[in-house]
Amino acid sequence: MRTTAKSVSLAMAASVVALAAAQAQDKSLTIVSWGGAYTESQDKAYHQPFAEQTGTKILQEDKSAQALAGIRSQVEAGNVTWDVVDMLQADAKRACDEGLIMEIPADEWLAPGPNGEPASEDFIEGTLGDCFVPQILYATMFAYDTEAFPDGGPQTIADIWDTEKFPGTRALQNIPQKNLEWALIADGVSPDEVYDVLATQEGQDRAFEKLGEIRDNVIWWSEGAQPPQMLADGEATIATAYNGRIFNAQVNEDQPFEIMWDGQMFEVDGWVVPVDTGNEELIKEYLKFATDTQRLADQAKYISYAPARKSSVPLIGKHAELGIDMMPHMPTADGNFDNAVQFNTDFWADYGDSLEERFNAWLAQ
Amino acid sequence: MSLPAYAGTGERIWYYSYRIICALIFLFLIFPILVIVPLSFNAEPYFTFTEKMLSFDPAGYSLRWYEDLLGSEEWLFSIRNSFIISISSTIVSTSLGTLAALGLSRRHMPFRAAITALLISPMIVPLIITAAALFSFYARVNLANTFFAIIMAHVVLGTPFVVITVTAAMSSFDEQLLRASASLGANQVTTFFKIILPLLLPGVIAGGLFAFITSLDEVVVVIFLAGPEQTPMTVRMFSGLREEISPTILALASILVAMSILLLTAMELLRRRGEKLRGIKG
Amino acid sequence: MSDSSAAGHGQSSSPTGSDETPGSLTTADGTPLKVSLRRAESRARRKAFFLVLPLLAFLLITFAIPIGQMISRSVRNPEVADYLPKTAAAIQAWDGQEVPPEAVFAAMADDMKVGLENRTLGRAAARINREIPGARSTVLGTARDLDEMSPPYKEAFIAEDEDWENLEFWSLIKRETRTITPVYYLLAFDYEYSPQGEIVERPESYQVYRMLFLRTAWMSLLITSLCILLGYPIAHLLATLPLKSSNLLMILVLLPFWTSLLVRTSAWIVLLQQQGVLNDTLVWLGVIDDNNRIRMIYNQIGTIIAMTHILLPFMILPLYSVMKTIPPSYMRAARSLGATQLRAFVTVYMPLTIPGLAAGVLLVFILAIGYYITPALVGGDTGIFISNLIAQNMTGSTAQLRLAAALATILLLAVLVLYWAFNKLVGVDRLKFG
Repeated sequence: MRTTAKSVSLAMAASVVALAAAQAQDKSLTIVSWGGAYTESQDKAYHQPFAEQTGTKILQEDKSAQALAGIRSQVEAGNVTWDVVDMLQADAKRACDEGLIMEIPADEWLAPGPNGEPASEDFIEGTLGDCFVPQILYATMFAYDTEAFPDGGPQTIADIWDTEKFPGTRALQNIPQKNLEWALIADGVSPDEVYDVLATQEGQDRAFEKLGEIRDNVIWWSEGAQPPQMLADGEATIATAYNGRIFNAQVNEDQPFEIMWDGQMFEVDGWVVPVDTGNEELIKEYLKFATDTQRLADQAKYISYAPARKSSVPLIGKHAELGIDMMPHMPTADGNFDNAVQFNTDFWADYGDSLEERFNAWLAQ
Repeated sequence: MSLPAYAGTGERIWYYSYRIICALIFLFLIFPILVIVPLSFNAEPYFTFTEKMLSFDPAGYSLRWYEDLLGSEEWLFSIRNSFIISISSTIVSTSLGTLAALGLSRRHMPFRAAITALLISPMIVPLIITAAALFSFYARVNLANTFFAIIMAHVVLGTPFVVITVTAAMSSFDEQLLRASASLGANQVTTFFKIILPLLLPGVIAGGLFAFITSLDEVVVVIFLAGPEQTPMTVRMFSGLREEISPTILALASILVAMSILLLTAMELLRRRGEKLRGIKG
Repeated sequence: MSDSSAAGHGQSSSPTGSDETPGSLTTADGTPLKVSLRRAESRARRKAFFLVLPLLAFLLITFAIPIGQMISRSVRNPEVADYLPKTAAAIQAWDGQEVPPEAVFAAMADDMKVGLENRTLGRAAARINREIPGARSTVLGTARDLDEMSPPYKEAFIAEDEDWENLEFWSLIKRETRTITPVYYLLAFDYEYSPQGEIVERPESYQVYRMLFLRTAWMSLLITSLCILLGYPIAHLLATLPLKSSNLLMILVLLPFWTSLLVRTSAWIVLLQQQGVLNDTLVWLGVIDDNNRIRMIYNQIGTIIAMTHILLPFMILPLYSVMKTIPPSYMRAARSLGATQLRAFVTVYMPLTIPGLAAGVLLVFILAIGYYITPALVGGDTGIFISNLIAQNMTGSTAQLRLAAALATILLLAVLVLYWAFNKLVGVDRLKFG
C-alpha cells in the first residue's frame, strides 16, 4: 500500500511540474496558422526575426482550418489560449461581429508605410477590416499534372467539367465556397453575376446539380497540403489548390504541374486577435513588426502570395533559396489576373451556414 | 484437433480447407502490420515495394526515414510529450484502478454490479463524446491545453483496463490463503505484502501496461485537449496521415510495432508467472 | 451508499442487547450475535466501499459531470434571450398576425444600440441567420444605420430593409427567445420548425443525420458480421489445437490487438491506396490495367476492411475463452450417437458458444458505432460515421456546438442501451483481455 501512495504522489508531483512548466512561459505567443509551406514562410519571414529581436518564444498551432469554431469555444469558455490567429477575411468578419476578436485600430497599431503614410492608406483598398490585418492576397484555382495531358491540359473552367476531353480524377476542397461559384461559371453564368444567382434557391439548385455532374470523378481534400500530394501520387490529374502550394511543388520538388489561372478566385488572408488574451502588449508588438512593409515583402521570398501592402509590391524580388523571380508567380501578376473572380466575403457571411449545411449533406449522401 | 483415422474423404477435404481458411484469416490479421516494416526502409518516398526492394538490392533500402524521424526536433518533442502523458496517467490509473478492484473483489461490496458498470463505462462511451465533454469541461476551469487535463483524461480512459485485469486476477485468488496466513500468525499488513501483493502483481502490471498503451495510442481526446506544447506523437501522426503521408510515419509505426511485440512478450511472461504462482500448470 | 449508511445508523441507535428476546445467542461480550454479525458486515461493506470511493469520485467529477454538462448544452439556446433582452420581453405579447407594434421595434432599437456597443449583436444575428439566411445582414445593417434613424422605428426599419415586415422573421425571433429548445434534437433527426412553428421534415437536400445514423448502424452490423465470419473459425481452431501451438497462434491475434490503432490504419492506407501495395500487385499480375487501379480506400470499402481488421480480436478473444471450456467429449458423444460431423457441430457445439458470441457481437458493435479515427482517415466522404459529423460540428467553420452535443447525446443513449444489454446478457465482470 505504501508503494501505491508513493506512486500517486509522484504522479501528482509530475503533473504539477508539467502544469507549472506550461504556465511559466510569460513571454510567449501562440500563433495559429495553416501549416505546411505557408506556416514555414511565416516562420522565416516573421516569427524567427521577431523571436530573435525580442526573445519571445513562438508556439505554432496548425489549426486555422478550425479557427472560427476554435475562437468561439475558447471565448465562450473564457479560456483563450490563442494569441494571434491567421484567418480568412469572411470568417474574420463574422468573428468581429460576434465580438470574438479584438478591434484593431490600424493606424494606431500598425507600422506606417515607407513614406510615412498611415497604415490604412498603405493596405490595398478593401482588405483591412475592423478586426482584421491582411497579410496576403492568394488565389485558389485549378492546377493539373502535365504528364496526364500530353496534348495540353484544360484551359477554362468549362474544360474542367469536360471529363471526356480531360479524363481523370479531380481533387476539390470539401467546402461549398468556390466550388459552387465555379460550377455556375461552368454552367454559363457570367462571373459578375455568380453571387446574385447563388443567392436564389434556383441558383443554388443549379450549382449543386452542375457539381453533381462530375461528382463521380471527384475526390475531396480538406488540408492545403493535400492537393499537390494527390497530383504527385497520381490520385488526381486535376486539383483545386492554393497557388502557393502548387508553386512550392513546382519549384521545390520539380513536379510537372501547371496552374490554370482562368477563373482563379482570390481572397485575402490575415491576422486577428481573440478577445481576452491577456497578452495584448506583446501581440501589438508582434503585429506591428510582422505586417510592416519589409516583412510582408519578405514573405513573398518563400511563397508566391501577393503582399497586402502596396508599398511591399516593389520590394518583391527573387525566391530566397532558388533565386527565381517571384513576381510572375503571383496571382496578381499580369496575365494571371485577367479572368480572376473576387471571392465575396459578404455573401458567404450570410449564406455560409445554410450552404455549408446543404453541401455537407450532399457530400455524405 | 487432429484428423481421426476414421475420417472420410469429405471430412478430409473439409479438414484441409478449414486449415487453409484459417491460415488466410491469420494472414489478414498479421500481414498489414508486418508489411509496413520493410516499407519503412524504402529508399524512395513511396509506399510500395520498388523493383530494387523486391530484388533485395541494398540500394533499394535505406534508413533515411528513421534519420528523418529521430533527427526531427518536432517529432522527438512530441514523442517525449507522449511518454510524459502515458507514464503519469498510467501511474495514477493503476493506483486508483487497483484500489477499486480490491474493493470490488470483496465479498461485501455494496452495489457491486452497478458500480462495476460505471467504472468500466469510459471504455464503452465513444471517444468523440468523451472528448467533446472533457474539452468544454477543462476549458471552463481554465485547464485546456495543459498536461494536467490530458493526463486526467487519460486516467479516465485507462482505469477500466486496470479494474478489469486486477479484478480478474483477484477472482482466481484463493481466500483460504488468507486464513492460512492468519493462522500462521501473520498480521494483515504482512499478509498483504507477502501473500496478496505477489499474487496480484502480475494482474496489476498487466492492467498498467494496458493503461499505458491506451494512453500512448489515444488520439481523439488529445486532438481536442492538447495545445502546441503538449502535442503528442499520435496527433502529429494523425495530421500527417490526413495531409501528406510520408514514410517517416511508417518508420514511427514500425518502432511502435516493435514496442507492441515487446509489450506482448511481457504480458505473456506475466501470465505464465501468474499461473505458476497459483500452481496452475501452464 | 445509502444502504450501508442506513445499516450503520440502525446499529448505533439500537441499545445493545436490551431489546433482544431472551435466549438469543450472544457473543462473548454479551452482544447478540445477530447485531454483532450485522455490525461486522456493515463494517466490511464500508471498507470495501472506501476502497472503490477514490476512483468513483474521480470518475464522477472528471467524467460523469462533464458528460452531464454536455447533455444540458444540447437543449440550451441563450443567444436571442441574452443579447436581445428587451425585444425578447416586448415580443411575448405579439400574436403573430401582423407586423409587431412600435414598442417591439423600439425595444429592438435599444437592444441594437447595446449590442453594437458590446459587440454581442452579431451572436444573436448569427443564431437568426442560421434559420433565415441573410437575416444577419438585415440585423447588422440596420443596426449600423441606427444613428441616422429616429422614432418611430417601425417605419424607419421597414424603409431600411423590407425583411422587417416579414412575419416569418418576427415569429422566428419570438420562437428563439425560448432558452430551452428542442431544435437541435429536431435537427439531429432532420426535422425543423416551419415558419408557422410546426415541426416539419427538412428539405431533402439538407437531410443527412438520419441517413448517417442508419449508415453507422448498418456498417457496424456488417463489420460485426464479418468479424463473426472471420473470428469464429479462428477461435474454434485456437480452442481445439494443443496448447503449445494454440499459444503460438494466439500471438497472431494478440499482436494486432496490442498494436496502435493509428499504425493499423496507416497500414491499410499503405495497402489499399491506388498507388499502394495491393493495386501494384494486381497490376503486376495483369489482373487490372495500370490506368484502372481500383479505388479501395477513402470510401465505405476502406472503412469496412480496416475496421473489421481492427475489431476482429474483440470477437476472437471472448469466443475463444468460451470455446476453451467446452469439453471435446461432447462432440465425440454426439458423433458416437450417430450424428454427422456437421450435425454435431450445429446442434451441440454452436449452442454452447452462444455466450461468447453474444459478448463478442455486442462488444464489437458497441465499439464500432462510436468509431471516429478510422472512418476519418480511410472513409473519404461516403464511409464516415455519425462520430465524424459530431467532430465536424465541433470544429468546422459552421460549427454548431449544441447540435454536436445533441448528436452526441443520441449516440450515447444508443451505446448505453447496448451496454445495459451487454451487462444483462454477459456481465461486465466477464470482460477479459489477453
